[in-house]
Amino acid sequence: MIEFLSRPWPWYVAGPLIGLMVPLLLLVGNRLFGISSNFRHACAACLPARADFFRYDWRGAGGWNLAFALGVLIGGFLAATFLASPDPVAISSATRADLTQLGITDFSGLVPSEIFSWGAIPTARGLVMLGVGGFLVGFGTAYAGGCTSGHGVAGLAAFQLPSLVAVIGFFAGGLISIHLLFPLIF
Amino acid sequence: MTTPTTAGLPPISETEPARGTRDTLGRLLVYLLLGTAFGIMLIKSEVVSWFRIQEMFRFQGFHMYGILGSAVAVAALSMYVIRRARMRTIAGEPISVPPKTMGKGIRYAAGGTTFGVGWALTGACPGPILALIGYGIGPFLFVLASALVGTWTYGQLRPRLPH
Repeated sequence: MIEFLSRPWPWYVAGPLIGLMVPLLLLVGNRLFGISSNFRHACAACLPARADFFRYDWRGAGGWNLAFALGVLIGGFLAATFLASPDPVAISSATRADLTQLGITDFSGLVPSEIFSWGAIPTARGLVMLGVGGFLVGFGTAYAGGCTSGHGVAGLAAFQLPSLVAVIGFFAGGLISIHLLFPLIF
Repeated sequence: MTTPTTAGLPPISETEPARGTRDTLGRLLVYLLLGTAFGIMLIKSEVVSWFRIQEMFRFQGFHMYGILGSAVAVAALSMYVIRRARMRTIAGEPISVPPKTMGKGIRYAAGGTTFGVGWALTGACPGPILALIGYGIGPFLFVLASALVGTWTYGQLRPRLPH
C-alpha cells in the first residue's frame, strides 16, 4: 500500500481528489477553496497594517484558511517522510531537452537543485527566480484575488467569468516568463 | 455577469466579511486535516514540481492539464449537486457560493498575468510553496517571505491600482 502511494499519482487520481476539496470545504463550513488569501491573513495578523486591505477580523475570515495552510505544510512533511518517491519527475523528453539546453543537469528531485538551493539565492538568477518570482506570486494573487486553487479550480468550477480571465492571465504570464525572462537569466 | 460595486473599489474579497464568523477549535482541526490531505496530494501529483510547471507552460505534456481539468470537473459536478439538493453544512448552515465581481476586469487580467510570471519563475503557486517547505526544500522559505512582501506591497498600492 505504502509502496503504491509512494509512486507519483497519475493525473486521473490526483485531479479528482484535489477537486473534492471544494465540496468538502463547503460541507464542513461553507468555505470557498483557496490558498493565496493566507498571505493576506498572515500580513493582517503579523504586520502593522495601516492599509485598509489588512484591516479586518483575520481570525474570523481567515482562521479556517490558516489552519488549512498549516495542514498543507504538514502534508508536505508527511509526504517527504513516508511517501517519498525514489524516481525523478517523469517530464516529457521535449521538456527535458529544453531544460538541459538552459543548463539544468540535476533532474533527480522535485525541483532542480541548481536553482533551489541556499547557495543559488544570492546570485542574479536566484534573486530573480526565487525573490522576484515569489514577490510576483504574492502581489499577483492578491491583485487577482486568487491563485490556481481559488480561480483555477473553485472559480472555474463555479463558472465564474472573472476566474477565466485570471486563468488566461496565468498562462499569459507564464509565457512572458519563459519566452522573455528566461533568455535573460539563463 | 455581475454588476460592479458602486463605491470606487471592488470588494477586497467576495468572501468577507459575510463569512467572518470564528470557527470552533474542532472545526479548525477538520480544516487542518483537509489541508494535510491536500498537501500530500500536491506533492504526490507532482504539481509542486518546477519541472512539471515548465512542461505545462511549454505545452509539452498533458499531466498538469489533466489534473486541473479533472479537478475542475469534479468540483463543478459536486457544486451542482450541492446546489440542486440544497445541501447544508454539517452544522446545518446554508451553503452559498457568492459570485465574483467582474468590474472592469483589470484586476483579474493584470493580477493573473503578474502571478503567472511568478509561477513560471518559482514553479510554485501558493499551495505548493507551503507543501515544498514542509517537504524540506528550505529555499522556498525565501520564496514565501518574498510572496508575503508582495501581498503586503499590493495592500499598500491598492488604492492607486486600476481594478
